[in-house]
Amino acid sequence: MTTFQLTILFVGATFLLYAYIAWRSKANSTKDFYVAGGGVSPLANAMATAADFMSVATMLSVPGLVAAIGYDAAPYLIGPAGGFFLLGILIAPYLRKFGKFTIPDFIGDRYYSNAARTIAVVCAIFVTVTYLAGQMRGVGVVFSRFLEVSINSGVIIGAGIVFLYAVWGGMKGITYTQVAQFCVLSFAFLVPIVFLSILLTNSALPWFSWGGTTAGENVFLLDKLDGLNEEFGFKAFTAQGKHTIDLFCISLTLMVGTAGMPHIIIRYFTVPKVRDARKSVAYTLLFIGIVFTATAPLSAFARTYMLEALNGVAYADVPSWFKTWEETKLLAFNDLNGDGIIQFVGGAANEIKIDFDVTFLAIPQIANLSNWVVALVAAGALAAALSTAAGLLLVISSAVSHDLVKKQIRPNISEKSELIIARICAAGAVLIGIYFGINPPSFIIETITLAFSIGASTFFPAIFLGIFFKKINREGAIAGMLVGLIFSLSYIIYYQFMGGKEHGYWMNISAQGIGVVGMILNFIVSITVSRFFPKTPDQIQDMVESIRYPKGAGQAINK
Amino acid sequence: MEKEKLQSYWNSNLKYLVILCSLWFVFGLACPILFVDQLNNFNLAGIPLGFWFATQGAFIFTIILLFIYARLMNNLDKKHGLEED
Repeated sequence: MTTFQLTILFVGATFLLYAYIAWRSKANSTKDFYVAGGGVSPLANAMATAADFMSVATMLSVPGLVAAIGYDAAPYLIGPAGGFFLLGILIAPYLRKFGKFTIPDFIGDRYYSNAARTIAVVCAIFVTVTYLAGQMRGVGVVFSRFLEVSINSGVIIGAGIVFLYAVWGGMKGITYTQVAQFCVLSFAFLVPIVFLSILLTNSALPWFSWGGTTAGENVFLLDKLDGLNEEFGFKAFTAQGKHTIDLFCISLTLMVGTAGMPHIIIRYFTVPKVRDARKSVAYTLLFIGIVFTATAPLSAFARTYMLEALNGVAYADVPSWFKTWEETKLLAFNDLNGDGIIQFVGGAANEIKIDFDVTFLAIPQIANLSNWVVALVAAGALAAALSTAAGLLLVISSAVSHDLVKKQIRPNISEKSELIIARICAAGAVLIGIYFGINPPSFIIETITLAFSIGASTFFPAIFLGIFFKKINREGAIAGMLVGLIFSLSYIIYYQFMGGKEHGYWMNISAQGIGVVGMILNFIVSITVSRFFPKTPDQIQDMVESIRYPKGAGQAINK
Repeated sequence: MEKEKLQSYWNSNLKYLVILCSLWFVFGLACPILFVDQLNNFNLAGIPLGFWFATQGAFIFTIILLFIYARLMNNLDKKHGLEED
């Protein structure tokens, strides 16, 4: 069979599986729709969360980024670990005990204010929509590259599948599809790495083999890679190029931002008990870790391979994969000195332009792996994109149907009508996804930076303070969220979109790392402002007290 | 009495949080970012140690800490009779 036929087969089979699961898991109540009935086992929830978290960026952009800048990409590798750690010990168990459906639910109830609830709704929608745009675009790119349809039809096919299980099954459908998607995506991610590891080091365990020597030579792989990088005028792979404070702030922003991502937090509302939530977070990180600890080895292999395979080769003799990727414009050769020979070097003489996303997608072809691996990678990338997109859709739909309609506009709405509205909103969110997939903002990476920074400077502090400090009152929280939001937003907009220059960074902190400063400002403002206003009402203090103790967590309730 | 019991539960919880967060800060953030140069003088199976923390070590230590947390808290629940049925 040709690669194309195999890809159709793999993608078709996985899509049928997702559709089957969707058909089996219809949501019959709002509780099914928002929190999958609250009865998901901690292990299944951990797999679903892992798929929810690992997006098309995890599979494509992170390996490419690490290959390109080596150690400087460390924040993207340690970020998820810190994020789930903070989420697991500071947020998830307590919000599970709180037992409602959404993040704005918590913020609105804890700070006894519909204004706070509305700020949370706006932030949640903003964070998820920017994130969604990137996922849908990823779906389109994979379809057009591997299935030879236009990007637009690819986006619509992908959205159709998500529509099926998100609108029909709500959180219930999404959860069980994500379990399947986790298996598909992690398998698809690891298989090519294992093959590449065998090829380069004769060992099938990439997690360890990258520290060893290369096949056929008696040099350590990383020494060789550092040497190659320096020979061609790049920074050594293991060396640091960015300022330490910048790396530190980017790491913390990604961590706190991850812990404040609404589509991740609500996953822990679906397990039956507080202790299940604790266990589930630990397993989630274990599942994500299997992929993330293999990422740097993958990047090291790919980088070594590319530097050797391309440098000094005449353009007329390039391998066939080079031509395939040139057609997508993600890889380009510009013969600056006109000698017809490729110079892939650091600095101005560089003649190769390579998009980060190519690194992982092209590996099966670069390393001459069988065509079923290529097909597998396509199915895996789609699983990563669809699973994250579905989780995001649910946040958008619940923010509107639950936090706006049910909680503010028409509190007396029946459960049946709320469920209908939730389905309509989910359908609307799919349309938004299609729109952004077809007309992507040209600045996807920058907008995702925004999403994390807003999570870090609004949700995380508001939730953390809400659980651990009873004294923080309505006025303090609202002021804190607004200051954090406005500060991060203006810093990022100035440096990412209005042409602010790098040397103008405050204390060398780049726009990617500013979320953590926004978080600190939020803390300071919340604590200071709270002192000048009436103290938190007694019944709210009792509520805070009650979420600290697991007994009687009960089930998520809709009131 | 009930109130004192809950208070002692919460104090132990906070103590665990402070200890675990400090450990996490050291292994999950300081080793891969702040102390990376010093650690890179050592080598772990062919990988400079600081670089290893940034790419794999921090992740592994954090996973272990989360499992320890789950276990400590579940035992604490039992000790104070606060575990769910």
